[in-house]
This record gives sequence, C-alpha cells and structure tokens, in this order.
Amino acid sequence: MKVHRHSYDAVVVGAGGAGLRAAIETAGKCRVAVLTKLYPTRSHTGAAQGGMCAALANVEEDSWEWHAFDTVKGGDYLVDQPAAEIMCREAIDAVIELEHFGMPFNRTPEGRIDQRRFGGHTRNHGEGPVRRACYAADRTGHMILQTLYQQCLARDVNFFNEFQVLDIAFSEGRVSGLVAYELATGDLHVFHTKAALFATGGYGRMFKVSSNAVTLTGDGPGVLYRRGIPMQDMEFFQFHPTGIYKLGILLSEAARGEGGILRNADNERFMERYAPTVKDLAPRDMVSRAILTEVREGRGIGENKDYVHLDLTHLPPEQIDEKLPDITDFVRTYMGLEPKTQMIPIQPTAHYAMGGIPTNISAEVVVDGDNTVLPGLYAAGECACVSVHGANRLGTNSLLDIVVFGRRGGAAMAQYVNSVSHADLPAHVEDETRGLVERLRSSTGGENVADIRARLQEEMMDKASVFRTDESLRSVLDTVRSLRDRYQRAGIQDKGEVFNYDLTEAIELGFLIDLAESLVVSALARTESRGAHFRDDHPTRDDANWMRHSLAFRNDDGSVRLDYKAVVGGKYEPMERKY
Amino acid sequence: MAVVDVELKIKRYNPEQDEKPHWETYEVRVEDTDRVVDALHEVKWHHDGTFSFRRSCVHGVCGSDAMVINGSNALACVLLIKDVGTKISVEPIRGLPVIKDLVVDMEPFFDQYKSVLPYLINSKDPGYEERKQSPEDRARFDDTTKCILCAACTTSCPVYWGNESYVGPAAIVNAHRFIFDSRDEAGADRLDILNQRSGVWRCRTAFSCTEACPRDIKITQAIQEVKRAILYNRI
Ligand SMILES: Cc1cc2nc3c(=O)[nH]c(=O)nc-3n(C[C@H](O)[C@H](O)[C@H](O)COP(=O)(O)OP(=O)(O)OC[C@H]3O[C@@H](n4cnc5c(N)ncnc54)[C@H](O)[C@@H]3O)c2cc1C
Ligand code: SF4
Ligand code: FES
Repeated sequence: MKVHRHSYDAVVVGAGGAGLRAAIETAGKCRVAVLTKLYPTRSHTGAAQGGMCAALANVEEDSWEWHAFDTVKGGDYLVDQPAAEIMCREAIDAVIELEHFGMPFNRTPEGRIDQRRFGGHTRNHGEGPVRRACYAADRTGHMILQTLYQQCLARDVNFFNEFQVLDIAFSEGRVSGLVAYELATGDLHVFHTKAALFATGGYGRMFKVSSNAVTLTGDGPGVLYRRGIPMQDMEFFQFHPTGIYKLGILLSEAARGEGGILRNADNERFMERYAPTVKDLAPRDMVSRAILTEVREGRGIGENKDYVHLDLTHLPPEQIDEKLPDITDFVRTYMGLEPKTQMIPIQPTAHYAMGGIPTNISAEVVVDGDNTVLPGLYAAGECACVSVHGANRLGTNSLLDIVVFGRRGGAAMAQYVNSVSHADLPAHVEDETRGLVERLRSSTGGENVADIRARLQEEMMDKASVFRTDESLRSVLDTVRSLRDRYQRAGIQDKGEVFNYDLTEAIELGFLIDLAESLVVSALARTESRGAHFRDDHPTRDDANWMRHSLAFRNDDGSVRLDYKAVVGGKYEPMERKY
Repeated sequence: MAVVDVELKIKRYNPEQDEKPHWETYEVRVEDTDRVVDALHEVKWHHDGTFSFRRSCVHGVCGSDAMVINGSNALACVLLIKDVGTKISVEPIRGLPVIKDLVVDMEPFFDQYKSVLPYLINSKDPGYEERKQSPEDRARFDDTTKCILCAACTTSCPVYWGNESYVGPAAIVNAHRFIFDSRDEAGADRLDILNQRSGVWRCRTAFSCTEACPRDIKITQAIQEVKRAILYNRI
C-alpha cells in the first residue's frame, strides 16, 4: 500500500453540520484539513427535517431559560445543566448567524424567522406547547448542511473528500496524527497534526429499523474507543416514534407539531392516556414506549398487529403541501399511500445516539471520571456527549447542538493549535491500519460481513431497543460476543484498491460490534429506567444510585470495563417527568 | 407485497482488470416494494462483493446514487421494484468519467457548481437580528433550494454530453437559488458568469434535466428565469 504524508495544524474529521461549522470557525486562523468519507453534502445532517429550536420569541413569548428547563427535563435529569444553559442561550445567536450565512428559513408575514411547535418544548416550565422550532419546510437539515457547505466554499476550506479516518496517534500525551484510507485509490494518508476534531455523526445502523444513513456506523467513536477513550452514556439510544413501518424512514415530529395524531387499532387517540397535557407531542421516549405498549396490549394494527397509525387526514391539504411536503412524499413513494386521505403505518425507529465521545463545553474530549482533558482532541455533534441531551434528546436540539458545539470546538481548537507545536508522530504510525486492511483483504475465513451485520441489527432491535430486561440484555451480549468471533473470520471478495466498499463495510462492521458491546454492557449495569433506557425489570428512575454518567472503556479483547462520573447539576432539581 | 425474482443487468468496469466496461447479469430475489438500491445491495452482499456504487441515506435526500436505470437517470433509492419491473438495467450516469462500476468522478460536476459563486454574498452588516425577508420574496427561490447535487440533471443533458465546458443545469439551479434571493448582492456577477460561452445559452430547452430531477425542481423554468434576467437585466 502506498502511504502519503501531510502536515496540518488541525484536522476536522467529518463534514456534516458539526464538522462544517467547526471548519468555518477555524478558517483563516490556522491550517486546517477536513477529511470526510462522504462528499460533504451527502452527510446525514441533510436528512434532518423538522427544525432547530431557539427561544427567539418571534411568534410568542419565550425565553432561553424555559428552553434549558425543557432540555434538562426532557433528558430525564441526566443532562449537565451548565452545558444545556450554554446551548440554549447561544441558540439564539446560532440561528441568527445561520440566517446571515444565507439559510432560507420560513418566514412570518412580517419577514422574521417563523417558528413552530415541537415535542417536549414548552412555555413557562411545562404549561403548554410553545412555538420555538425555526425551520425551512421539512428540510431544515438539508438547508443547514447546504448553507454551511456554501460558507466553507466561500472561505476556501480544504476538503479531502472520500477519505475515511481509521486511526489516531497520540504522543507526549497529546494528539499527533491521524491515519486515513483514500477510497478512490486504496492508499493510506498520514496526517501529522496538532489537533483533531471528530464530527463523524451517529451509529444508528446498529439496529435493524433505523432512520439513519447506511454509512452511520460510528467510525469516530469506534477509532477513539480502540485507542482507550471511554464512551459515555452509551445505553441511551433514542427511538423516534414515527418511522415508516418496516423501512424506518423518518416522519418528523413536525407532522405532530402541525397537528398530526397517533391512533391505535380502535382508532383511539391513545396519547391522551399517556400524556394528558401535551398528548401526541410528549417526548420521544415516552411516545415510543406508548406505541409499543399499545402493540403489546393487542391494540396494534395490521396482520401482525405490530404498528399504529399516524393520522394527518384532518389537516388542511394546503398545510400539508406547504409545511410537510417531503415527508408526505416519502409516504407516497415508499408506502403508495396518500397521506391527505389515508392513515400512515408507523413504528419506532432507531434514531439518535445520546451517548458517545465525552467532552466538556469547549468540545475538548475528556477521558476519565475526573474530566481530564486530552490535549488536542475534540469532538462535536452526534458522535459527542457533552452532555446536553442526557437520557433523551428533545427534537430540534441536535441541529442546535451541532452548530453551537461545532463552533465552540472549532474556536477552542484554533486557539490551541496556535499555542503549541506539533508532537512527533510515533514510528510506524500507519502499521495498525495497514494490518487491518491487509488482514481483511487476505482473509480466507468464510464468514459474510452482510450476514453478521444483519444478525447484529436484528438482535439489537429485538433485545436492546425500547424495552430491555436483564435477560434480554444478557442474551444479546452473548450474541454480540459470538458475532465478534465470527467477525474475526470474515472475508471479503473484493481484493482491489479502487472504491473497495467491500473492505470499508467490513471495517465499519468492526466499529459497530465494538460499540454495540459497550451499549449493551452499560445498559445491563444500569438497573433503573431513565429517558430512552427502559428496563421492564427496573421500571422506575433511581436518582439515589444512578444520577451519574456511565463511562465504558474497551479492554483489548473487546470486553468492557465500566466507570462512572457525576452529573453536573444546576438550578433544576430532579422531579417526576410528567407531560 | 410479493416476493419477485429480478434480472439485474449491470454495466461493470474494474480499472484494475478490465480494458472496457461490460455487462453482467444477476438474478436476485427481493420484495416488489423494495427499492432498486435494495436489489443492488443484494447483488453486492450475496452475489458479488466487488461491485461498487455510492449510496448513503437510502431515501432520496443525500444525492449519492444517481444512475441510469432502464435508460433514464434516477436515484436507486427512490425507485421501487414494482414500478420499474423485474428486468432492470443499471449503468453509470453519462458525461462524467467512470472510475469503477457505477462510481463516476464527481469533481468536474462540483467544479462547475463552485464556478457560479454558490453562497450568499452580502457586504452589509446585518447587526444582531435576522435580515428580513417577506414570505413572497422567500418563495421566489424556494424551488431551487431543494437541490441535493445528485447530478441526475446535468448528466441527462445532451448538450452536456457533447460539451463538458457547459456549466450544466445543476450549476444554473444553484445560481438561481442566490440570484433570486432578496438578501443577496452578487446576482449581477453570477449573471455575467452564466452569460459566457459555457453558460445558459448552451441550453437547448430539451427538458431532459427537469424529467430527471428526483426533487421535482422545475429546472427548465429556472434556466428560463436566468436567461430572462440576463436579457432584460432585471432580477
Ligand atoms: C431522518 C432524520 C431527521 C432528523 N431531524 C432532526 C431535526 O429536525 N432536528 C434536529 O435537531 N435533529 C434532527 N435529526 C438529528 C440530526 O440531524 C443529527 O443528529 C445531526 O445532523 C448529526 O450531525 P453531525 O454533524 O454530528 O453528523 P452527520 O451529519 O451524520 O455527519 C457525519 C460526517 O462524518 C463523516 N464521517 C463518518 N465517518 C467518517 C470517517 N471514518 N472518516 C471521515 N469522515 C467520516 C461523514 O462523511 C459525514 O460527513 C434528524 C436525524 C435524522 C436521521
Ligand atoms: S437540480 Fe435536481 S437533478 Fe439536478 S442536481 Fe439538483 S436535485 Fe439533482
Ligand atoms: S442514497 Fe441518498 S439519495 Fe439515494
């Protein structure tokens, strides 16, 4: 394999919303490269639909403190409150700045940025829904991704497109380099750098039914986890209530924000029973559990009684066309149904990783229970865990997270690299990656990557998703371990160098298996129910024992060692989460 | 929903082995409600791992998987088997260099996109508030904001096949998105760029682009609006 060498002050890994926003912040301040395995505009930020919250108060009274309260409560009090306050306060500037960057938000009749309702966002500490989500039809993420990419072009940001980062190097206790695989040539590239910011997005392809792109395989967390960085709060994975039945394609909460209703087999608006005040706009963890409870109790719909309906038929057709054009098109394309007159079969879909690479409010990666910073290492966006989402993220808070903490990370990184010199690269820095690639390429074992992956996804969906028990988690842990064995014998057919996705899919599966194990072990240990983590055998929240973040460390054989760290509190005392 | 056997004819090319592209046929079993991309995955995962194509979101929003399916440009993740039938031919989009199988070199396409200054240009300090824009002004460029840069339009254009210096419909769509944005100040510069030999006047209004666009953008109309703005010097 050919190896190329580069030297930069800083490298951003990933070109979704978080990576692009970080790149904008560093532009002109230091020499930066952005490495991305996809063309920037293919990043899954572009799939985000509903909106981005900020208490602009453009259409009704609102305040960033109310937003922070909702975020903390929505996260079932596992949120670090200072981080949530920063995010909600800076949200206002972040939205205004996006508008200045050219973002085409929907407008009020007065020409201001329009706002709409979204799940879990309330007026005055839970009194009722509030219009807080800024949006651009139901393609808010697309517009944000395009706008940020455009601003990177305007600043001449240096992209390495279709470069997949597979390893990181540390020397003298800080970051010294990255190793990337170039898809077009199969060559390796070593980047000598003072700092790296990971913004590689989520890992929702661990589950069978998912709203995530097939490329969302947790590479960034996977690379760092193998190099000794812990993964925080992995047991908290969000299932969005309204995925298209079987396909998992998302139908945004905006559908319910605009007035859509969930109905069971008796045509009952069942959310009235679970969340009398906000009903269909309760937070996602609650709605997902409500749907599956209806299904368990026999009120599901269809041959297998395993889905419920999303009903938009009572909405004015013009409102559907204007506010929800894309998602109603998905229903027409993939289900062959007309949402203006027909109800839509939906089921919960794996959506968002609350857990990930632990960071502080400057997006610096912290590597232990004492929040010790690893100099030069940063993370932002869905791959990171600040933690602003705690045990359950509120809708619209991720688009916010990526721009707020992408910007903070970029700023902190630019400042850092201007104060230090490069650390020497370790000798043979690319050997590990070369070994990984060559082992897969030359393997004669007969195990098929796609089959192992499919089994992982099915098991995780069945036993480690919305409802979990000690028994289900032990069973899935056994399976993950046996899949790890099979993975050692996985072979690939493509032995070539050019666009060898056979190879990269195999490598990605390795990351998914590692992260799945950390998720299951963290979930097994947490004998309580909080946010998206629900244990049938421990159905209540246990603040006395579990008001703390999990940290999963990887042992050499892939097994997991757990540690914990304190949640950073603030003015909101934990109370029961009712809506 | 029914299980069907599909005959997929795929134009294959491996630069490490082949002198020129050739067709291979695969028989795969899928459900008729599956997408074409699912059938391609079935080929890759269970028949021939050396087959390469780009894809990511698999629901028509990222623009990775434009290809020629049964003769026309489309996204493989948006077409369902039941709508295209059980004999399917797939080949790379035309007009861009093929690297491997369905993977083409996208650089020329993105270079053309970049040539039209695809970012908001406004030198006035907006202060701490948003710039105002009426819903009517916002509506003028709404359609062209939908573009996902999939290249289906540009690579369906006969003019583009014959002349690679033509900026192509996608670049014009993205210029339109800023030219008609009331907040932008560089419309005249973009019109100058599109008034050059490689610009809008190459368009012969063949409508192939509009038919190919998976986002249903009215591309020909957008191009006409740009032409008119140049002719009458009016935005
Ligand atoms: C369907 C859908 C709808 C959503 N709607 C909303 C919404 O309305 N509001 C909201 O707030 N949130 C929403 N979310 C969540 C939100 O969109 C995501 O959490 C967020 O966009 C993630 O952004 P990111 O920048 O962290 O990652 P991504 O946008 O996923 O980008 C990841 C980047 O990392 C790169 N990458 C990955 N691995 C590597 C590697 N090994 N080497 C190099 N590069 C790599 C990729 O190329 C890509 O550029 C939605 C999510 C989905 C799936
Ligand atoms: S205009 Fe349509 S076809 Fe052309 S690149 Fe954009 S989305 Fe694709
Ligand atoms: S895979 Fe994203 S558009 Fe088809």
